[in-house]
Amino acid sequence: MSSNSPDFSGPGPVQMYQDALTRGQFLIQQCKDCGNHIFYPRVMCNHCGSAVFRWVEPTGKGEVYSTSVVRRKAEKGGDYNVALITLEEGPRMMGRVLGMAPDKVRIGMVVSAHVGEIDGEPAVVFYAVEQGNREW
Amino acid sequence: MVKVSPAKASPVTVSPARKALRGSTAVVGVGLSRFGDLGGRSHMEIMGEAVYHALADAGLGIHDVDGIFASNFVDQLTPLVVAEYFGIKPDFMDGSNLGGSVFVNSLLSASLALSHGLCNVALICYGSNSRSGGFTVPAHGRTIESVYQPRYPIQAYALAAARHMYQYGTTAEQLAEVAVAARQWAMLNPAAEYREPLTVAEVLAARRVVDPFGVRDCCLVSDGGGAMIMVRAERAGDFPNQPVYMLGVSSRTTHNVISEMPDLTVTAAAQSAPEAFAMAGVTPADIDVVELYDAFTINTVLFLEDMGFCRKGEGGAFVSGGNIAPGGSLPVNTNGGGLSCVHPGMYGMFLMIEAVQQLRGECGARQIAGAELAACNGNGGYLSSQVTAVFGTAATL
Repeated sequence: MSSNSPDFSGPGPVQMYQDALTRGQFLIQQCKDCGNHIFYPRVMCNHCGSAVFRWVEPTGKGEVYSTSVVRRKAEKGGDYNVALITLEEGPRMMGRVLGMAPDKVRIGMVVSAHVGEIDGEPAVVFYAVEQGNREW
Repeated sequence: MVKVSPAKASPVTVSPARKALRGSTAVVGVGLSRFGDLGGRSHMEIMGEAVYHALADAGLGIHDVDGIFASNFVDQLTPLVVAEYFGIKPDFMDGSNLGGSVFVNSLLSASLALSHGLCNVALICYGSNSRSGGFTVPAHGRTIESVYQPRYPIQAYALAAARHMYQYGTTAEQLAEVAVAARQWAMLNPAAEYREPLTVAEVLAARRVVDPFGVRDCCLVSDGGGAMIMVRAERAGDFPNQPVYMLGVSSRTTHNVISEMPDLTVTAAAQSAPEAFAMAGVTPADIDVVELYDAFTINTVLFLEDMGFCRKGEGGAFVSGGNIAPGGSLPVNTNGGGLSCVHPGMYGMFLMIEAVQQLRGECGARQIAGAELAACNGNGGYLSSQVTAVFGTAATL
């Protein structure tokens, strides 16, 4: 365990994550003790149990681990993508790959994270990275 | 014929306390409600129908029950609701919730309570009016994933299926074979809801819901209930029906939400099944009949692999060619499963009741001749909870 004291005061990690998204920032936690990245946001590290962490900006680089197309009537907005993305830092998160038809998203595809919006709500969304034009 | 490779046996150490439970309790009564659309009836009324039949089956009255093991997706305080409804004041109550696997988990907690003398007659019970009253899933409120509008529960299983297809070349046709096999069993079960013939082509042509799944890859949404009565093995011979013994049970979890599942192609049944089999002192090859929580077609494939009936990645081939259908090498989901018989939201209860009825030899046209050992695998959440159980006749003790 860390010699640092955990700080349980103020808004919790989920609220802090959401507040960052609202400011247009994608931040995840990194454990100050074991160094692993933590996602979804938690008060205790799910790798080592420490309660001392820092917020870091991930590279945004990720890979599609699995993908699906939710079928929805056109008048309600049409089909959309729901994917699981493994971030370069290790954690996996749910996300949506945009910029292509939802059924063209492929497992193994390299994607980059951006803070965008889904139905007016801030959200981390992903775009496929074309070979030779990587953003990182 | 289907290529079937024997799974690698992994040595499993079972604690002495767990081993001591083997054969310590038995099922002496089971009951089912009617299935389908029971419009105008509450989940408690549907549960009551099943409990009435289970008590009659065991030759017991409601006031003989002194242990209640009950869960559903409607009541927060289920054992209290159940005790009050039946007018009983039990000595032991358990209202755990792990999702649809929980009734198989109740087999473990009921066996513990019975074997320690904390209760003498355990009632495990469930009822739901999901069809007529509206499907209820556990409330988890808004999470940071809600913005992506995942369509639960199918979303999680569709993502697992897509990954299995990518990693092992499993095809939509192979998944469709699971639905077709379940339907063929259902056609032999007068109580099953869907009994019309079904082909692979029809499954593939069915309306898409969440790719890679169409509607025929998904279970029914039914009204229905089930109940089971258990006692200590020493008393099991005092009841009208042939007792069915609890030989093994193990409960494991890997995650809650699907984004946290470490490997979408491996469930916690890879841990619970070896432990349950080791506790029972049996191997998959010994099992006569298998009941798996087939909320979606991928489930059957995953659980057959994880339980060791075939190797990881070979489940698609294993379920093909009628291998798990009537007349195949391994009878799986002999009541028609959640895909064709009944699925009121928490299917685990029905796995165990079908296993018990098979071991009693009561299943008519779908009876597996001479069945002595049955394995069940209950699933809860989003592939999150897996509970494996092994049941046997007196000859297997």
